[in-house]
Amino acid sequence: MIDVMLSSLSQLFTVSHLLFMTIGVLVGLVVGIIPGLGGIAGMSLLLPFLYGMEPSVALGMLMGLVAVIPTGDTFASVLLGIPGSSASQATVVDGFSLAKRGQAARALSSAFLSSMLGGLLGAVVLSAFIVIARPLVLSFSSSELFMLTLLGLSMVAVLSGKELFKGIAACGLGLLVGIIGMAPATGEFRLNFGLDYLYDGLPLVVVGLGIFALPEIVELLLKRGAISERPCRLGEGWARGLKDVREQKGLVARCAAIGSLVGTIPGLAGSVVDWMTYGHAVQSARDKSQFGKGDIRGVIAPESANNACACGAMVPTLLFGVPGSGTAAIFLGGLLLLGLQPGVGMIETHLDLTYTIIWSLALANVLGAALCLLLARPVASLTRVRFTILAPIIMVLIMFAAYQATRSIADLVALGVIGAVGILFKQAGWSRPAFLIGFVLAPGAENYFYQAVQFQGMSAFSRPGVLIVGALIVAILFMPMLKKVWLRRRAVSRGSDGETSSNASGFANSLGRIDLVIIIGMLLMAGVALVDTWGLSLTGGIMPWLAIGILVLALLCEMARNLLHPVTWVKQTITVQLFWIVGFFLLIGAIMALGFVLSATLFSLLFLLLVARVKPWIATGMAMCVAGFLVGMGHILALSYHVGVLDPLLFQ
Amino acid sequence: MHIPAVIAQSKFSRGATLAIAMSTVAISAIVSPQAQASTDVPAQIKWTIPFGVGGGTDVWARFFAPWFSNSLPDNPTVVIDNVPGGGSINGANIFSIRASHKGDNWIGTSASTQYPAMLGDPRVRYDYADWTPILATPTGGVVYAQPRLGESADEVMASILTSPVKLAAQSPTGVELPVLLALDLLGVDVDAVFGMRSRGEGRLAFERGEADIDFQTTSAYLSSVQPLVDDGKAIPLFSLGILDDQGDIVRDPAFPELPTFLEVYASLNDNQMPTGEAYTAYRKFFASGYTLQKLVMVPKDAPQKLIDTYREAAREFVASDAFKQESQAQLGPYEPVIGEVVQRHLDESMDLKDSTREWLANWLKTEHDASI
Repeated sequence: MIDVMLSSLSQLFTVSHLLFMTIGVLVGLVVGIIPGLGGIAGMSLLLPFLYGMEPSVALGMLMGLVAVIPTGDTFASVLLGIPGSSASQATVVDGFSLAKRGQAARALSSAFLSSMLGGLLGAVVLSAFIVIARPLVLSFSSSELFMLTLLGLSMVAVLSGKELFKGIAACGLGLLVGIIGMAPATGEFRLNFGLDYLYDGLPLVVVGLGIFALPEIVELLLKRGAISERPCRLGEGWARGLKDVREQKGLVARCAAIGSLVGTIPGLAGSVVDWMTYGHAVQSARDKSQFGKGDIRGVIAPESANNACACGAMVPTLLFGVPGSGTAAIFLGGLLLLGLQPGVGMIETHLDLTYTIIWSLALANVLGAALCLLLARPVASLTRVRFTILAPIIMVLIMFAAYQATRSIADLVALGVIGAVGILFKQAGWSRPAFLIGFVLAPGAENYFYQAVQFQGMSAFSRPGVLIVGALIVAILFMPMLKKVWLRRRAVSRGSDGETSSNASGFANSLGRIDLVIIIGMLLMAGVALVDTWGLSLTGGIMPWLAIGILVLALLCEMARNLLHPVTWVKQTITVQLFWIVGFFLLIGAIMALGFVLSATLFSLLFLLLVARVKPWIATGMAMCVAGFLVGMGHILALSYHVGVLDPLLFQ
Repeated sequence: MHIPAVIAQSKFSRGATLAIAMSTVAISAIVSPQAQASTDVPAQIKWTIPFGVGGGTDVWARFFAPWFSNSLPDNPTVVIDNVPGGGSINGANIFSIRASHKGDNWIGTSASTQYPAMLGDPRVRYDYADWTPILATPTGGVVYAQPRLGESADEVMASILTSPVKLAAQSPTGVELPVLLALDLLGVDVDAVFGMRSRGEGRLAFERGEADIDFQTTSAYLSSVQPLVDDGKAIPLFSLGILDDQGDIVRDPAFPELPTFLEVYASLNDNQMPTGEAYTAYRKFFASGYTLQKLVMVPKDAPQKLIDTYREAAREFVASDAFKQESQAQLGPYEPVIGEVVQRHLDESMDLKDSTREWLANWLKTEHDASI
């Protein structure tokens, strides 16, 4: 085995291999940085060249691409609050908050360094693990997978902290939105209201962008400043970010380990690992107060996990032909195009190629992170630019990203609707991550539960793996509570009861009109969902009914809490935000009439002239750039846009 | 468009073109030439694939694209346009509305495009009668079982005829439909567990020991199940066989030693052939999902001369030794079918009588608790 390792290593450092890997890395960085493109666009750029290439060289190129996408998309997550891909959604929470506090360079540099370390650790683990991984992957049956989705859902409790019921309600709504579409067990359609678009469920990209990015943009527009609220010197933050990672060595190692392990589990991987490690960072931290407001650990944890996860995801892809993530699925296509069939053959006859894959992954991680580190400082200065100038470009990027989901105008409408929910949530302080976790995990939870019961019956829940994960969930849910009780008792025994009790009562309930709007809206939604799913069979309906139950119960608890405890009425503003949402829908209307490219160009021009009030020649130049970008992307990637009346005449 | 030209020819000029291609990316973004060759063959062919990048049908199309490009007069560029969604219904719907009738728009479909059309899925807005086939590639498949059910195929058959077995499937109307029908005809009580995202996940459930029997199409069987069989961890039961040009189901050339489903049926039923609606449904879905598993189609009202040119080019490269060699890894030991023969099979299989459809809906409801 050692000689195979060494021969793949020498293979790795040939000129052709390095050259093509660098091409892969560069393509990966470009598509990673542009939000919404991600692995799929990158692969479709490279796939045409693949057929007929030398396999080891071609694999190097593909791995170069796969490895750096979770690195490159950090730029969008941190600087613009746009979740680059499903694996970097947790990064947005603290990364963007740090950017707003003027610490974008710090967040970026520590994100890239932890990405690099995570990727390297993942590759090391993978080289040893891949040979013996088969039994482990096979030991995760549907019931263990179901428990792991529950573990992901339990992160909601960790993330919502004191606003537990609101968090659970948000998660319940997420679950309900997540089950839109076909019931896996029976083929029945749920909550699609006869709309073709909803038959497939809402695309993750659209929901992620809507819930996180749109509300942030609206808020920044209202503030009329730059992204960074305070003036800052960038250079200092850059070095500090590197230092942060050095101080959090343990966290990086733990999250990389979690990442590579969860990555090996087929069918779960990317979507939960960032929230799981984020939750872990919150729980293991002594001072939790800064999470969500800009704690560097909230960036380090998911970033060191997602690159390791990309390594781990190679295990089921190579050994079983079952991809663990979206990018891995496309990588699998590349393998097939090269004439390589995944399976035990990857260990028995193609072990050299397998090691080429793993080490290309490691090398590309280092290369990609190094390039990003170099870019971090100049790119971070974007946060000092007046936001109204950036806004139209970001808006176009977001709509471009959302439209790539299914290339239907309905993608944009869904973006607007989810965005409106996001704004309400943000204004009233309801947990948006909880909503997203529910949305992401709903299909997995339903599917694996159904499969576990069908395959294993009741014995599904007495398996050792299930009990272990179950114990872990209980620990996560009750540890904080036990800890509090223990601390209080210790305080009581010392006779200095004062501090803790004042802490408990110092937190007063607050209620505002947006809270009421959300609660009433959610109850209405639950009612509509109940009517829609009334006639379903038990197997098809159990999950939506469960989601409705969770939602309603959490809302009732929240209302009871407000009735039983003194409530302070707080003023919550929403009018101006609504004005922007209406504007967004008007923009969608323009796109329907005029076509995407023309509307985007005109929108940028008018916005820059009337709202940002920049000089006409700058506005014209920037609008031309927007048009050039869209048309260019369309040509290179063979994308098509929504075509209105005028677009075909102007841009064909 | 510069890039697709390079794309389609890259197979033969290999990696060197990639560097050039990357540098022309920037240029092609700005310049958009409209140079149309004066011949009948369009300079650019846009090939809609209603599946995502990297999926089975996408890889299949990317394998064929350079062959078409190199065999057609004037070497047109073949650009693949992935329009995923709704398990291919979305892309096929869009193609049926927007495709040009000049013959420069193709669509690549698969069993999961054919089946909803046959079953009358309300989401389907396309009609196979509007399209005409250029080429089709067949596949076969094998049903295999856990060794805990018996030591030989005969023992396993005897045991699964008496007690219910679990099979991991994608959806009630997915590619497993003919397999479910075949097992039902044999008298096997199948508990299908739906919700797998691919046949690969189904195989994983089998390898974990959760599923008692499983089914894989030829290429996946050869790479992933054959090693299990060699290790004694799986026992092959029967192949689905293949449909010959006369319309008879014969042994699969990939598995000459395995009996076909019909042979097994005959041996269990005094050499009788199956009859009735169940068998009609089986034959139709087997033909459209396996004999014609993947199809290259153009709108029917494209110029007939162009359609003939396409078919001629396909015949030419399919007959070449280079293709036979390269296609082994991608298509298995099956030769693509071209032109009229495809049309004949297609006409036969896609036309499902209302009575058969009703029988099928009822069968799915009672046997698998699924509504279509």
